[in-house]
Parts: sequence; structure tokens; C-alpha cells
Amino acid sequence: MTKDGTLKICKKLIICGLICLFSMSSLQRAYASDASEGEGFNPGDMINHHIKDAHGWEITHGVVVPLPIILYSEPDGLMIFSSSNFFNNGHEEVAYKGYLLSHEHISRVDGQPVYDFSITKNVLFIFIDATIMLLVFFAIARGYKKNVGKAPKGVQSLFEPVIIYIRDEVVKPSIGDNYQKYLPYLLTLFFFIWFGNLLGLIPGAANMTGNIAITAVLALGTFFITNFSGKRAYWSHIFWTPGVPWWLRPIILPVELIGVLTKPVSLMVRLFVSITAGHIVVLSLVSLTFIFHSWMVGFGSTVIVTLITIIELLVATIQAYVFTMFTSLYIGMAVEEHH
Amino acid sequence: MLMDMQFAVMGAGIGAGLVAIGAGIGIGQIGGSAMEAMARQPEAFGKIQTAMLVIAALVEVIALFGVVVCFLIYTAGTAAA
Repeated sequence: MTKDGTLKICKKLIICGLICLFSMSSLQRAYASDASEGEGFNPGDMINHHIKDAHGWEITHGVVVPLPIILYSEPDGLMIFSSSNFFNNGHEEVAYKGYLLSHEHISRVDGQPVYDFSITKNVLFIFIDATIMLLVFFAIARGYKKNVGKAPKGVQSLFEPVIIYIRDEVVKPSIGDNYQKYLPYLLTLFFFIWFGNLLGLIPGAANMTGNIAITAVLALGTFFITNFSGKRAYWSHIFWTPGVPWWLRPIILPVELIGVLTKPVSLMVRLFVSITAGHIVVLSLVSLTFIFHSWMVGFGSTVIVTLITIIELLVATIQAYVFTMFTSLYIGMAVEEHH
Repeated sequence: MLMDMQFAVMGAGIGAGLVAIGAGIGIGQIGGSAMEAMARQPEAFGKIQTAMLVIAALVEVIALFGVVVCFLIYTAGTAAA
């Protein structure tokens, strides 16, 4: 075997080992909290801890990456410090400069209002997602400059079919002739959600696209683009629906107006629920081991969790696809000319 | 109070079961129709499979609504108890 091949296998083994280590230790964490508190293991708390946002990135039990806390309050003005200040050496919550972090909520000890703009775990993962996208797509753009008229290479040939699929099968049929104006946004949307979903499946990572605030912002993007690019036919369909008796129009108007709002809301809730519930299902199955205190159940739940995770890989892709497809359908409805 | 919470947790379980029935019927119908369509037109296999997976994912999300609601009831129930 060549030296290069051995190196590759070593790398793969190290990655596998790290993944095992992270997933094992998150289980140990659950078990440790079970033993130390002296009461029954509570799967609800463990799952909530995993799917919610946090002011520090707990990769595995005891290994917490401190993140910057950015606060604004009237008496102190803007303050920036590390989230590790909120914990003493025994990992107990302590007050720092008059602020207290309790259940991931920062408050002032004297009860005055405080605005929290911290870089939390989810914000960090938005940055990681964006960095990965910048790296990947700059590499693809370089590839297209270098291989003009030649077959794509490397990361370029990995993503070309996906980009072409989104362009030809999703965006072009639903928007129509003027699709190129919206294509960059829709491709960004697809890859942001897809990479975010896949990042969320890595053990120790944050449940980024399963946060309703993030999906709400993505849905707001759809809402604004749809309504700002709405043509005459779109608005006349809402305010003066053609083809119905005149006395029915005042009744249809509120329904149509609600319909404008329900489209982005359904996008928001669909992505949030499917990703969060996927995490809940996986963690619930893992919890079964600790509820039954048995290695036999542990073996069984490992098999089921592996299968569920494979389905989650599929769901991660389908949800990104569905979000992009519905966004382009809504844009297509808005830009449609009268016919 | 404790009794109420016991009922709440029981309701979460029954709700999860009902949601599973609904999603099962939905995905079953999609799968059945897709199989039929593929048997009639084997050349459209790829397109039907893609559409089937997408619709199945949409139905699955409805089932997952149930999972999330049941989880919320469960955490509320255990927190109060």
C-alpha cells in the first residue's frame, strides 16, 4: 500500500474515533447527571438541553467552548466578556459584574432590563455554515474559471449536479422566464439550509436550523421577496379576485390577506418542526438505554438510532429542497403576468 | 394537581399514537399510489420516486408536529410533577 493510502485510512480512523468519542461522552453526560442528582434520569431535561440555544458551546460533557457575551443595559452601556465568567471552578452559576446567567437567560441582579446580543451557540453555527459555504463556492467559482470548456473537477463536480438540478427542476419551471434574477438567492437559501441541517446531525453540534428564530428569518426573506416582486396580477388577485361574484369579494379579501401571511409561517414552522423533531426522536431513543438501565436495550436503540440518522440525512436534504421549492413557487405566483 | 399532570402525560401518549395512525395512513396511500403508478409506467420511475419522497416528507412533518406537541406536554408534565 502506498504511503498516501495509509495516510488517508489513518485520517478516516481518527475522524471515526472522534465521532464515537463525542457521541459516547454526550451519553456519559446524561448518565452522570442521572447519578449525581440522586433522582430518576429525566430524558426531557437532557433533550431540552440538546435542542436549545446556549451561551457556551458544550461539545461534550465538561468541554465547554466559552462564547462572547454582548450585553446592553442602561447603567452599564455596552459590555463584552466571555461566557466562562458565569461559572466558577465547580461549574456552579455565579454572578459576574451584577449579571446572572440562569437557564440560558441573562438578567441583572438588581432586576433592571438588559438586552442580550450574545454570540450564542446557534449564532456561532450560522458563522460556521457561512464559512463553509464561502469556502465551497469560492472553490467552485475558481474551478469554473480554470476549467473553461473542460469537464468539472473536484468539489466543482460534486456540487454541479445539485446546482443544475435546483436551477432546471425547481427554479426554472416555477418562476418562468425571469428566473435568473432570483436564482442566486434561491441557491444560497438551499445550500444554507442543507449545510445547516447536515451540521446539526454531527454529534456535539448545535441544532441550528431547528431554531424557530432562524427559520423565521429565512421565511421573512421569502415574504419580502414575494411581496416586493409582486406584479399587478398578484395584487389584483388579492384585492379584487377575478372570476367571483362582486358580493363575494369583500369576504375573499381577508382570506387572501391571511393567505399572504400563512405562506411564510408554514415555511417557518415546517423546517423548525422537522429538524427539531428529528433530534428529539434520536435523543428519546438514546434515552431508552438510561431509562431501562440495560445494555441489551442500548444495543437495540443503537441500531434504531443509526437507521433514524440515515433517514435524517434524507430529511435534511428534502427539507432544504421543499423550502427552496415553495419559495420559488411563491415568487413564481407573484411575478406571473396576467393571462 | 398531580392527577392533572398524570392525565396530561397520558394524553401525550395517546396523542402520539393517534398521530402515528394518521401519518401511517397518509404515507401508506402515497406509497401505494406511487407503486401503482410505477407499475403502469415503469419509464417514469425516477420522477415518481422523487415526487413520492417529497410528499412523504410533507406528511412526515405533520407527524413530527405531533412529536413536538407531545414532547412539550411531557416536559410540562414532568416539570410540574
